[in-house]
Amino acid sequence: MTASINPYLPILVAFVLALLVAGGATIASFLLGPKKPNPAKLDVYECGVPAVGTARQRLSVKFYLTAILFILFDIETVFLYLWAVLFGQLKWFGIIEVALFVATLVVGYIYVLRRGALNWD
Amino acid sequence: MEGSLGAVAQFLDTNIGLVASIGKIALALVIALQVAPIMVWVERRQAAFIQRRIGPNRVGLFGFRLFGLGQPLADTIKLLFKEDFIPQQANKFFYVLAPILPAVIGLVAIQGIPLGKEIIVAGHTIDLQPVNLNAGFLYLFAMSALGVYGVALAGWSSNNKYALLGGLRASAQMISYEIAMGLALLPMVFIYGTLDLQGMIAAQSDSLLFGFLPNWGIFLSPISFVLFVVTMFAETNRLPFDLAEGEAELVAGFLVEYGSMRWSLFFLGEYAMMFTLSALTTCVFLGGYEIPWLPHAQLVTLLTPIFTAEPATWVAAAIGLGVLIVKVAAFMFLFVQARFTLPRFRYDQLMRVGWVYMLPVALLNLVVMALIVGFLRLT
Repeated sequence: MTASINPYLPILVAFVLALLVAGGATIASFLLGPKKPNPAKLDVYECGVPAVGTARQRLSVKFYLTAILFILFDIETVFLYLWAVLFGQLKWFGIIEVALFVATLVVGYIYVLRRGALNWD
Repeated sequence: MEGSLGAVAQFLDTNIGLVASIGKIALALVIALQVAPIMVWVERRQAAFIQRRIGPNRVGLFGFRLFGLGQPLADTIKLLFKEDFIPQQANKFFYVLAPILPAVIGLVAIQGIPLGKEIIVAGHTIDLQPVNLNAGFLYLFAMSALGVYGVALAGWSSNNKYALLGGLRASAQMISYEIAMGLALLPMVFIYGTLDLQGMIAAQSDSLLFGFLPNWGIFLSPISFVLFVVTMFAETNRLPFDLAEGEAELVAGFLVEYGSMRWSLFFLGEYAMMFTLSALTTCVFLGGYEIPWLPHAQLVTLLTPIFTAEPATWVAAAIGLGVLIVKVAAFMFLFVQARFTLPRFRYDQLMRVGWVYMLPVALLNLVVMALIVGFLRLT
């Protein structure tokens, strides 16, 4: 006899337990530690010298580009997982379709590469 | 008294699934929580040996020195009693939330690892994978992908330039290597034909490759293995990919404004994630909890005359857990060894390795493996 429960229930249980551990540690250290704030301690840490400017500045557009490209390529990876599971059923049709799909993707990849979107120098 | 015992037994019998599930989750949690302190100690000792120092060897337990194994305990107590303040400029809500995220994700992710095949208790077969989904593989992926939030939020909410740079770099790095990671593991999915980790382990132990090698993923698709191990380092922000922390240039990156227990929660999460990913590698490429050349079913048959039928499955499960931990420990050792022997990448090199080298290699590996498996199986 196999004991069966909803397979997603353990995730919830684990999540609650993990939250108790992490939250408990945070609260315990909040309660146990001393409280002696002073302006220098609460200031931004920049190796001891007074902070220059603020951290709320413009970022390099490269990070944005990376995020966009990530979404493109990651979704494609997710598509391929579906095919990988059904590899045995789809047979050569699946392989050829995926080869075409990957080939299309490689064209896009080469374009991105040639435009220098992946160049961080 | 007997009546209440009977009621308890009755309750256990009807709710065996729930009780067993909580037990398994507790076991995995205990393992995850032990990994961080032990690894901190291992890391410091090994660093000391590599750098010809002695390292922490003083703090003992109950009067025994044990090579300084009491050190992590002392560290935890120290961290617990340190002042826990929130910097003035920080975004309070996200600053508090950020360290909790990686810790929770690490502890939840480890639940997807099969700790053993199964045990039989009072006629009930209990599978030893705390979160046993038929797509357990994707669950682990999803969890490891969530890891980026803790780092990104910590970097942004600290409102410190170093922290922001560290957080940004880490986010870009983690998402970049995630693609190569997903593509590296794809061939394993169609080789085994399943997304279930228990199924993958079973596929690796039921036959021998060329008659003598264990049928492990590392032999079936070695390039996937190499790619995956590299991305594993990048995903956990370990050297040579620890651009997020970069002590020499970013002070401590996203960790710069953190102290006391919050700081250690990041490391709890990081080590739990290292353990989870090492265990995933073990399950996909190295046969998981199975002893090479000795499948679980055979082990149980061997043990049955010594113990009786049901305890034999318990002993086999304990041996399996030991084997899993030995295999994972080998990876953890590799993590530490790499940290103190390899120099850090420069950021443009890091991105180039991820996008320009690993992605095409992973795609090529995918296509070649698909053709090979296609020719072997479909013709």
